[in-house]
Amino acid sequence: MIQHHLPILQILVPLLAAPVCMFIRHPQVVWVWTLAIVWLCLPMSVALLLQVLDQGVIVYELGDWAAPWGIEYRVDSLNAFILVIVTMIASVVVPYGRTLVDSEIPASRIYLFYAMFLLCMTGLLGIAITGDAFNLFVFLEISSLSTYVLVSLGKDRRALTAAYRYLIMGTIGATFYIIGVGLLYMATGSLNIVDLGKLVPAMADHRTIQAALAFLTVGLALKAALFPLHMWLPNAYAFAPSVVTVFLAATATKVAVYAFIRVIFGIFGDIDVLALLPVRYLLMLLAVAAMFAGSAVAIYQNDAKRLLAYSSIAQIGYMILGISMDSVTGVAAGIVHLFNHALMKGGLFMALGAILYKTGSVDLRDMTGMGRRMPFTMAAFVVGGLSLIGVPLTAGFVSKWYLIQAALEAGWWPLAVLIVLSSLLAVIYVWRIVEIAYFQPGGQLPKIYDRAPLKLLIPMWVLTGATIYFGIDATTTMDIAYTAAKTLVPGGAP
Amino acid sequence: MSLDFPGLFNYWLIIILMMIGFYIVIAHGNLVKKIVGLNVFQVSVFLLYITMGKVEGGTAPILADGIEVYSNPLPHVLILTAIVVGVATTALGLALVVRIKETYTTIEEDEIDAMENQG
Repeated sequence: MIQHHLPILQILVPLLAAPVCMFIRHPQVVWVWTLAIVWLCLPMSVALLLQVLDQGVIVYELGDWAAPWGIEYRVDSLNAFILVIVTMIASVVVPYGRTLVDSEIPASRIYLFYAMFLLCMTGLLGIAITGDAFNLFVFLEISSLSTYVLVSLGKDRRALTAAYRYLIMGTIGATFYIIGVGLLYMATGSLNIVDLGKLVPAMADHRTIQAALAFLTVGLALKAALFPLHMWLPNAYAFAPSVVTVFLAATATKVAVYAFIRVIFGIFGDIDVLALLPVRYLLMLLAVAAMFAGSAVAIYQNDAKRLLAYSSIAQIGYMILGISMDSVTGVAAGIVHLFNHALMKGGLFMALGAILYKTGSVDLRDMTGMGRRMPFTMAAFVVGGLSLIGVPLTAGFVSKWYLIQAALEAGWWPLAVLIVLSSLLAVIYVWRIVEIAYFQPGGQLPKIYDRAPLKLLIPMWVLTGATIYFGIDATTTMDIAYTAAKTLVPGGAP
Repeated sequence: MSLDFPGLFNYWLIIILMMIGFYIVIAHGNLVKKIVGLNVFQVSVFLLYITMGKVEGGTAPILADGIEVYSNPLPHVLILTAIVVGVATTALGLALVVRIKETYTTIEEDEIDAMENQG
């Protein structure tokens, strides 16, 4: 019985838990409450994933109104995977966050922070699980609005302007998205994604449909921070509280990329949209531009958080590149990179959070000798950095391997060269930090041994360990990604 | 497809409003004006939905004797949700502007940029 209602419970539990935070108010109790909720959500999403892999798509009709009239939640192997990513990251971030939240956010506001955190998670899970295009917009705004609040809680006053700019850009993106959904509804009279996928191909050459595609693409690209619509991201990541940065970097843009996949392949999948308009080449071009521009700008950053933020922009480029190839291998590579990048960026930002907690700065110039001062934290950072580059035995290698394979399969060998070249840029920015932390002589703090508290180290190493684990044994993740990609790409041929 | 002027009057208005709003968001340096521009932009989309739901000669979708043609209520309901989202966004945006005013003592974008670049 309860099994049958899992899809809705996945959303309802965190949604209802958020206002409860407002009544609890006590900082420590609220933390325990949030922890209980996210640890309850994780097994739910894992159960959903196992059930989907076992029995195929789960359809849940809200209030028993049959689709396309009612809203349906539709769980397939792709969004079950996304649900697991979000809940998994959340269940590591909350135990990690306690110390940092206490140190970065005034005690009187902590309960508000956790309420917003739960709402943000609800929104992200909702985007993933819903099968209704307009419902997706509502969840998109739930997650975005709570994200603006979370970003603005940063200590630096620039967090406020970062949140404001994010709000303007995010709202424009979301509004573009509803214009697109409106145009689709005008032409087809349906809002259900599966139903749209059946109705749209018949009117593929209709101007309204093409305009809808343009609006949806731009709107979601803004949310996913695809180059050149990424301007909100670096400041938002750099000035948000450390915990928020970890959570956002690991989940928010990933879920937007998921929504993008859903629109491109779910709604427009059957009409080979990537060929209909020059959308495919446009996306590919932007993805490559993102890979290079993001990495190149990252090299010149002095603030480690900003450096990683720009690197995120480059990594989103890799995901979109995989999707734009429109082949099973390409899309699978994009999906698996979504997961791997969540692990490594989560681990990397957690390491920076620990450094910020101990030293009060993540400026590269203050990180001299950090390798000796905080060895365990820096070791986690190095593993994450290697994974960003794509060194074998790390998760990043797996995604790049499949990405290059997809490029070669399609005969686009220059793309494969570009992927390798952009990885070399990653070597430079990762090396900059490693050199300062380990090899720079002098430094005023040579002998201090300043280990981060275990409360920070354990979650950090859980994610870092997962980065290594999924780099060595990628069969589980690749299987899921391939299953998902096969259902998405028309024809399903490899 | 006919795009003759009076036939699609609403849509012309929507596009004009949309562009005015979008222009204000991009061009104005005053943070409050930006929010207002964003509002105009969003309202134009609300009008788009309301217009598409209208059926010529139809009335409000309430069951009554002698009425055969109804407007489509679904876009109207959808836009109720979007209006709520819009109100929340505006409120949050203005709250942020208040906080920015408190910490920066100004709400002009160029002055804030200058302060941020100084460090």
